[in-house]
Parts: sequence; C-alpha cells; structure tokens
Amino acid sequence: MLSFIARRLGLLIPTFFGITLLTFALIRLIPGDPVEVMMGERRVDPEMHAQAMERLGLNKPLPAQYLDYVGKLAQGDLGESLRTRESVWREFMTLFPATLELAMAALLFAGIVGLLAGVIAALKRGSLFDHGVMGLSLAGYSMPIFWWGLILIMFFSVSLGWTPVSGRIDLLYDIEPKTGFMLIDTLLSDEEGSFKDAVMHLILPAIVLGTIPLAVIARMTRSSMLEVLREDYVRTARAKGLSPARVVFVHGLRNALIPVLTVFGLQVGTLLAGAVLTETIFSWPGIGKWLIEAIGARDYPVVQNGILLIACLVILVNFVVDILYGLANPRIRHQR
Amino acid sequence: MSLLQINNLNVRFGDANAVPVVDGLDLSVQAGEILAIVGESGSGKSVTMMALMGLIDAPGRITADALTFDGTNMLTLSGRQRRKVVGKDIAMVFQDPMTALNPSYTVGYQIEEVLRQHLGLKGKAARQRALELLNKVEIPAAESRLDAYPHQLSGGMSQRVAIAMAIAGEPKLLIADEPTTALDVTIQAQIMELLVNLQQERNMALILITHDLAVVAETARRVCVMYAGQAVEVGQVPELFDIPAHPYTEALLAAIPEHSAGAERLATLPGIVPGRYDRPQGCLLSPRCPYVQDNCRQQRPALEAKAHSQARCFYPLNQEVA
Amino acid sequence: MNNPIAKPVSPASPVDHSLLYPSPYKEFWQAFARNKGAVMGLAFMCVVVFCALFAPWVAPHDPSEQYRDFLLTPPVWLEGGTWQFILGTDELGRDLLSRLIQGARLSLLIGLSSVVMSLIPGILLGLLAGFFPQLLGPSIMRLMDVMLALPSLLLAVAIVAILGPGLINTVIAIAIVSLPSYVRLTRAAVMGELNRDYVTAARLAGAGLGRLMFVTVLPNCMAPLIVQATLSFSSAILDAAALGFLGLGVQPPTPEWGTMLASARDYIERAWWVVSLPGLTILLSVLAINLMGDGLRDALDPKLKNAA
Repeated sequence: MLSFIARRLGLLIPTFFGITLLTFALIRLIPGDPVEVMMGERRVDPEMHAQAMERLGLNKPLPAQYLDYVGKLAQGDLGESLRTRESVWREFMTLFPATLELAMAALLFAGIVGLLAGVIAALKRGSLFDHGVMGLSLAGYSMPIFWWGLILIMFFSVSLGWTPVSGRIDLLYDIEPKTGFMLIDTLLSDEEGSFKDAVMHLILPAIVLGTIPLAVIARMTRSSMLEVLREDYVRTARAKGLSPARVVFVHGLRNALIPVLTVFGLQVGTLLAGAVLTETIFSWPGIGKWLIEAIGARDYPVVQNGILLIACLVILVNFVVDILYGLANPRIRHQR
Repeated sequence: MSLLQINNLNVRFGDANAVPVVDGLDLSVQAGEILAIVGESGSGKSVTMMALMGLIDAPGRITADALTFDGTNMLTLSGRQRRKVVGKDIAMVFQDPMTALNPSYTVGYQIEEVLRQHLGLKGKAARQRALELLNKVEIPAAESRLDAYPHQLSGGMSQRVAIAMAIAGEPKLLIADEPTTALDVTIQAQIMELLVNLQQERNMALILITHDLAVVAETARRVCVMYAGQAVEVGQVPELFDIPAHPYTEALLAAIPEHSAGAERLATLPGIVPGRYDRPQGCLLSPRCPYVQDNCRQQRPALEAKAHSQARCFYPLNQEVA
Repeated sequence: MNNPIAKPVSPASPVDHSLLYPSPYKEFWQAFARNKGAVMGLAFMCVVVFCALFAPWVAPHDPSEQYRDFLLTPPVWLEGGTWQFILGTDELGRDLLSRLIQGARLSLLIGLSSVVMSLIPGILLGLLAGFFPQLLGPSIMRLMDVMLALPSLLLAVAIVAILGPGLINTVIAIAIVSLPSYVRLTRAAVMGELNRDYVTAARLAGAGLGRLMFVTVLPNCMAPLIVQATLSFSSAILDAAALGFLGLGVQPPTPEWGTMLASARDYIERAWWVVSLPGLTILLSVLAINLMGDGLRDALDPKLKNAA
C-alpha cells in the first residue's frame, strides 16, 4: 500500500510544476505594464517604477524570475493582497473553511441522494422511477446552476420565506470563528438558535452546488450497478442464500462504487468551479467569491496564487480519491 | 422418497406464450447419488438448476407440478424461507471460477459469510472452520490463502475456494455447473476427483452439469440427456453409453473421439438446436434426426420407459433385450 | 468498419437489391431516430437555430429598443400582460422574447466558434501525440494534465481575468478550456488505430505521414470526437452564460443569456419572468444538445455507451 501511495505521489510532482508555470505565466501575460498591474495604479513615477522592477525581480531574465517565484512558494510566501495588504495565504485559510463546509454539505447531499437514486433505479430498471431518475439527472446535468440558485431563492426564500437569502449566519448572532466551520462554531457558541440558523443558511447553497454532482453520481451509480448486478459473483452471492439487501449492498454496491468513486473525485473540480457561482449568488464568504472579487478589483497576487491554491487543492483531492480507489479495489492496489 | 423431485418443470422468459427454455422436465435425484446432466449449450441444463435455486428473475417464469427438495415444496416457499435452504442444503458451484468470486473480498471473508449466514458461526470459530474447509478442498498453505483476494489465485485454486464455499453449509445436494469447463485440462481431473471424493465422504447428492461425456462415464451413475429444454433420455451409466435409445444420445456419443476410434471422421449432427422462432411442431430433434419418420414431424413423443432407459422417441434405437 | 462518415460506395449498375446495404447516412439516421429524446432534442435545436439565423425577422422587436412605458411588463398570460410583449419586458422596457432570440444567436455563435477553435488544434495535437509517442506525446499530455487540474470554469475565469471580459475573449477562454479533452480523445483513438492492419498496409503502400494522419487514420477516430464536440458545445453555452453571469463574459447591453440573468438578479422579488426565462432557455438548449449527444453516441459508437 505504501509503495502504491509513493508511486501516485511521484506522478504529482510534474503536474505541480506545470501548475506553477501556468500561474507564473498568467501574471506575465496580462497586457500592460507589470509594475502598474502589480501596484494597481497607473503612471507610476519612473524612479519608483525602477525600484519596483528591482524589488519585484522583474528586471531579471524570465527563467530567473520563475525560479524566484518557485523559491518564494517553497518558503510559503504567496504574496499579499493589493486591496487588504493581508497575506494571500492567510486570506485563503480564513475563507477556505466556508467553501469546504459548503462543498462537503453539497457532496454529502449529492452522494447520499445520488447513490440511493442510482441503486434504486438500477434495481427497478425500466420502471417509472428509473425513467424519472434518468430524465431528472440529465436535466440536472444540463442545469445552469447560477440560475438554479436564483430560482430556489425566488421560491423558498422570497415566496415561502423558509430559508434566508444569503450569507452563512444571521447578523443577529456574533459567532467566534474557532474552527471556521459555521456548523461547529455555532454549536460551540452559547448563542441560542444559531446552529439552526446556520443550517438554514447552508441548505439552499448546498443543494445548488450539489445538483450537478448529484446528477452525475446518480447516472454513474445506475449504469455501474446494472453492470455489476449481471456479474457472476452476484449470482454466487445469491446462491449462498444471502438476503437481497446483503447481495445488493455488500456484494453489488461495493464493486459498483469503484467507478462511482472516480467520478466522485472528478466532481470535486466541478464543485470548486460551481462554488465560484454558488458563493456569488448566495454571498457566501468563501474562496470562490474571494477570487471573483479579486478579479473584479484586479488584485493580481490574489488571482495568481488563489488559482494556484485551488489547483493544488484539486490535485490533492484527486490524489486522495486515487488512494481510496486503491483501497476499494484490491486489483489496483496489487498492480505491478 | 427422492431427495429432489421435479415434475413437469417449465421455465419461460416472457409471457405464458413464450417458448419455454425448460419444457416439461421431469427429474429425480436420490440422496447420495451422482446424476449427470448433459446436453449442448442452451439446452436448459443450467436454467433448470437456477430455477431450483430460485435464481430466475423476472421476466423469467417458473411453473411445475412438483419441485420438491427433501420433502419441502420449493415453489411455495417465501424468499426468506428459501434462503434458509439455498446455500445450505442445496449449494452450487459455477462454471467460471475467475468471475464467480467477488473481487473485493478476501477468500476467507467469502467463506465465512456462508458459515455466519447458515451455521451462525462468528469470529474465530468461523475462521477456524473456513481454514478447515480450505484444507478439505486441498488448498496448499491454506492459512495464508484465507487473506488472499480472488485475483491472486489461479483458476483451479479459485474453483477449490468456490467448492469450499459451497460445502460450507454441509449441503445434501451439490450442483456443479460445468465446474471444469473454464479450467486447464490438467486441473480438470483434479477438480473432478475432489468433487467425487467430497461426494462420497459426505454422502451428498451431486448433480454434475457438463458436456464432457468422458467425465460422465467416469463419475456418474445416472445420466439425463437434455435437448432444447427437454429431457430426451434418462438412463444408467454403462447402458446409456453402450446402447443409447435416443438418436440424440447416439449422436452425442459419436462426437467423442475415443468413442468412435478408427472412424475416418468424427460424426457430427447437422444443424443447430431450434431457437425461438423455428421450434418444430413435432419431435424437437426431427429436423436434425437421421432416423426421422413422418409422424415424428407431426407429434411430440413423451419421455417413456424403453428397454434399458427412459427416452423421448417414437423409434428408439437398440431395443433388443440381451 | 461501420463508419458513418465514409462516403457511400456508389452501386455498380444493376445488382441484386438484397445485397445493397443501406447508405451509411440512412443507417445512422435509423439508429439515431430510435432514441426519442435525441429526436426531441434535435427538433428543439432546429427551432433555436432557425430563430438564431433569422433573428431580425423572427423577433417581434429590436432587442435593444427600450419601451419606457412598459418597464417590467409581465408575460401575456399574466395579469397586466400584453400581446405586444409576449414574454414580457425587462427593467429597461426591452422585449424579453426578442432579447432571448438575439441571445440564441450569440450563444450558438460562441458555442460553434469555441468548438471549432478547440477541435482543430485539439485534433492536431492529439494526432502528433499519437503518432510520436516518444518524442511529443509525453510533453503534450503533461501539458493537458496541467490544464485538466483546474476546473474548466475556473480556468476560463483565469483566462478572462488576463485577457479582460468580452465576446471574443469568452470564446478564446472556452476554446482553451475544452482543448484537453479533444487532445486526449484523439490521441487515445489514434493509438488504438495505429496497430490495425489497414494502417500497416497504408504504410507499406508508401503513404506519407500527412496522408497517414489525415486520410488513413483520422476518419476512423471521428466518432468519439463528434460526440465530444456535441457535448462541449453544450458546456460552452453553459460556461459562456456563467462567465456572463459573473460579469466576465459578454458585456451588457448585449443580450447574452447569462448577462441577462446577472442584470435581472435585482428584480427577483418583483418580476420572476426576467429571472426565469433566460435561465429556462439556457437549460432547455443545453438539455436538447445533451440529449442529441446521447443519441449521437449510441448511434455512432455503441462502445461508448457506458463510458460517460
């Protein structure tokens, strides 16, 4: 198992360097003068301009600039925001739990509902339920989620008044950010009713963000399950006199999950992209909203290294999924 | 009383008018005997056994006058009741051992699952028993194999595991569905020997589904020959081989190289098993039978006692009594 | 090979008609038409394409004309609606139906041009990676891996962040984002085909590299690429709308579907149609294309049926 992990880890390194090249190039490709871009102001005084070129290392040749950049990254220096003068890393870490909380809630929702719907659709193949699941999942897959969010807000928040429109928590509550996860922080605080309020704030964004993964997982689970149910070992399990539930869940689903898990991992990328939209709609103070605002404000250090961090996150999650994949599938684990 | 009694079993896929895959099959198995069922692919051998085990799903439909195992009517059992019998008193070994074991679980887990389900054995006791079973099926280094995954085993080894799993519930009837077809020739004999040894040691009945007549001749006492979903001849072993009554049995025997030594070419039966759309009105073999008469094309013969066996033929062969 | 793109062989003079195979086009259509959803998708898309092509004649009003007396008029079936504005008007009194029709033009244009702009370089890179697995393959594929590490919308956002918002930059961003899937698909298909005997035969016959690539191998790799092109067409429309919604795509007052949604957000409590209708149009168009894509996949490449 350890060598399996090491092998996968080895594959990450070139990808990581590729990403740094990309983000490095990103800032160099911006049309206009780099110093003006970096300082966020026009017509910089020539002397200051020269100083800035010197300080930012922009007068060196490109390869040296790249090495500087990677060297700084290696020291954990991700630069600072032009707007707040905060370190990019600190801003990211403050906002990241909000995105993580939202993403996890969305994945939980998508995973549970998607798996159940997929399994039941496979077991009742050709039924009305099956057709319904397939139709809805195709619609979900085609959903412009920024619109879907607006529609849900319009219906549940504006018309019915069931859920709040935006944010993570009502302004009434003063919650100390201990973990950054609102659900946990509200539980830790002694503000009455704040936990329920946090949950209500989370529901709609989680549904919106979970819609596409839900559709993908339901479709994938169904087709994978249909395939597995035809396998000989499912027949063997039935011939052992095991209960239908045990046959389906222990012998069927365990194997059907393997491809679903891969898809699940791929969805994490989609999820982070979706977070950009969802957070914008619901004013959710996470890294997606942060990135979009930074782009709007031409806060290039945030844009550059925010993208780097998100890319690393995606790579990391895919790596973890790879490992889980190995755990779930002994045939992969023992390869080579 | 027979251990297994099947009367007029029909299995159809689709509505009641669909062509039966198993068509009016009668079969009985005595406790502790070896019965071989032979016939070409698609003749309904496996489907019969799947019907007995309750493994036929919609749109498959099973009807029978009797489907009785060990005094229990299998047709009226609820799913829960049937699962107490299936896997315990009746067990089955399948054709391809490489796909019949679940790739996600260890060998030990899959055997212990049966022990837990049917004998209530848990933890150490189950593991101990699983180990004994692996030793029983002559798996070397059984202890370490318990934690192996199926993909780490060879085909022969996997089939031994499948057999261990099948005998874990101390079955009274073991059904082996072409247990050696997917294996190397050298392994085939070992697996057959193992099955026969287990059968004798435990005095369990064994139904051996195969199309290898040489294996039948060596192991079985009684043979049922199936063609297009029907039993066309049922008889004792040496007689059926020496003096077959049904033209189809004769044709099967003629296709064995050893059996027709000296012949220039192996005899073959022209044509193929009738399918869904070309099922003849009369005897199902009539389009292919070298001895066909006019009334064979009009009427279907019943399975009736002939001189040495039961056969489904108007003009049985080899009827002279010695 | 059941290659629907290959030219039908013209039948030699009088032959036994039972020996004539149906033309590949007919065969393809029969397989496609078996999928009802796909046919429905195709029908819907035909309407959309028609509207887009003849927008100036189909649309009842000029999409940018502001009817100051009719701000936020509801659709005709609601109280206060008028036949003059069938789907109502927006916050500036512009006719919603006309804007949606004009938007269809834009969305299809973005979809089509981004597909073309990524398909051609994607195929070229994929062919190179497949034909030179030692020399160019690894570096091309590594580059694609890097691009795939970023979620497509984020990469598009990043690219627009550099280039600045606008129609052309949206197209470029989306084209770059969908490049890796074409490269990977082409390379995989090429690698599969290169081992076939017909390629060896062509080599032995002295076919040059260009001929091998484009005449011998490429036509046999088209099926998955056509399917992928359909699917990336629909995701291009979605991504373009998302960029528009974020304010990074086509800029107002151009009637792009996503941009329309962004400006309608403020009227969510008063005028549901301004919010619902553009999104519904996006959903239906994307759904229709995806349904078509499913049908195409089943008809062109049965092997792929369970792939996605």
